[in-house]
Amino acid sequence: MPEVTVTVDGVAYEEEVEPRLLLVHLLRDRLGRTGTPIGCDTGNCGSCTVLLDGRSAKSCSVLAVQADGSDVVTVEGLASGGDLHPMQRAFHEEHALQCGYCTPGMIMAAIDLLRDDPDPSEEAVRRGLEGNLCRCTGYCTIVRAVRRGARAMSGGRDAGPGGEAGGEAAGGPAGGEAAGEPAGEGVAAP
Amino acid sequence: MRPFAYLSAPDVATAVRAVADDPGAKFLGGGTNLVDLMRTGIERPDTVVDITSLPLAEVEERPDGGVRIGALVRNGRLAAHPLIRARYPVLSQAVLAGASAQLRNMATVGGNLLQRTRCPYFYDRTAACNKREPGSGCDAIGGFNRSHAVLGVSGSCIAAHPSDMCVALAALDAVVEVESVRGVRRVPLASFHRPPGDTPHVETDLSPDELVTAVELPPSPIAANSRYRKVRDRASYAFALVSVAAALEVRDGAVTGVALALGGVATTPWRAREAERALLGAPATEESFRRAAEAELAPATGLPGNTFKIELARRAVTATLRRLLTEGSPA
Repeated sequence: MPEVTVTVDGVAYEEEVEPRLLLVHLLRDRLGRTGTPIGCDTGNCGSCTVLLDGRSAKSCSVLAVQADGSDVVTVEGLASGGDLHPMQRAFHEEHALQCGYCTPGMIMAAIDLLRDDPDPSEEAVRRGLEGNLCRCTGYCTIVRAVRRGARAMSGGRDAGPGGEAGGEAAGGPAGGEAAGEPAGEGVAAP
Repeated sequence: MRPFAYLSAPDVATAVRAVADDPGAKFLGGGTNLVDLMRTGIERPDTVVDITSLPLAEVEERPDGGVRIGALVRNGRLAAHPLIRARYPVLSQAVLAGASAQLRNMATVGGNLLQRTRCPYFYDRTAACNKREPGSGCDAIGGFNRSHAVLGVSGSCIAAHPSDMCVALAALDAVVEVESVRGVRRVPLASFHRPPGDTPHVETDLSPDELVTAVELPPSPIAANSRYRKVRDRASYAFALVSVAAALEVRDGAVTGVALALGGVATTPWRAREAERALLGAPATEESFRRAAEAELAPATGLPGNTFKIELARRAVTATLRRLLTEGSPA
């Protein structure tokens, strides 16, 4: 069986896998990273979104062997020592969820979106998250959360992810002036 | 999923040799289509040859002013590339109109060329489908065919070609470079995809052991003024009912250059040569645009579920050209 070397949320793993094993099953069943849910299981709903070498991917449509040598960041790799990632915090504060099933994928897709567009308009958020479905919220609060998370992330406060490997991928544009746009009370992590 | 062997090819020679030696082997790019098809048992390779380590992921300017796109360039990177955005905006726009960010991050240019139809009967293994199972019939022809083709159809298959990217490539006179153990050859995009005829399971000019290595875009004096219009049931994450890729050059009120291709309405990415002929030299007016669209759609044949596409396509062509004339390429 092929051996796969992956870093997941900053931890290196070597795993023997069947070629047909999907990445999401490697994460959930073998590595215990159940923060990444399986939604539609057909590559449509986006709830299984993770960052693969810094870019969003639907882990139910990727073979584990395709991730060999890659750096994977899941929603579990975002928080740092009990401090939520700014995007997680924004979802919490905007109440951008009801059942929460789509939330991990939404957050990961949002973080990828900000790599290309650190201050997305409402339209850009809606377009950028077209691969993520939510059946509860009607999306309005999600769009607000992503924009709030974006402001917090570009505010210059270091609220990056925990895992060393996740830093560049998930942290977005770090540094910069501390001023920026007001992010709202308590949005940026300390 | 059915078990299969996996090989990550270190170089092109190894990749093409592995597939040439094993009729049950398939190349794997980003896997956004193949992995899904394997999961549903529609594709059943014995061996998967992963080609994503091959050095085919560059977008390069050519001395003649054209661009060479490696087959492994990811769709998202292609759409964002400055050379593509500046010289072939229709291609960037078409790619961004397809799928979602996650899929564009994984999907490769070569894989997009080879993606299979989204005809629901193709995916339903209990349905008759000549494309999936030659000779079994076509349940789409008498069935639910709202999404199906009205151009290039046959009595065996009416499945629409699903790609947005390929529609832009068709308008841009792209050439596909392929390699096998027999050497390298170049196939114009216009003859790369095959209409279904009596053999809808044969979708391209490729032999099973030929690997797409690059797509070449020739320099174009008109492509910098181009745009892609996609008409669909909802504004995001849906396949096209009709799409139009268009480039236009107008001087002194007359059309001096035009390239036009249609998606969503045809069994292959559809270069609209009839419309182009009607437009060249004609005054750049709404009336000319409409007449050109009518000329292109004249041979279209609709079924009860998809006849609406014929008029929709005429309007989409007219609207795309009007928009290009008044606004130019999208910002």
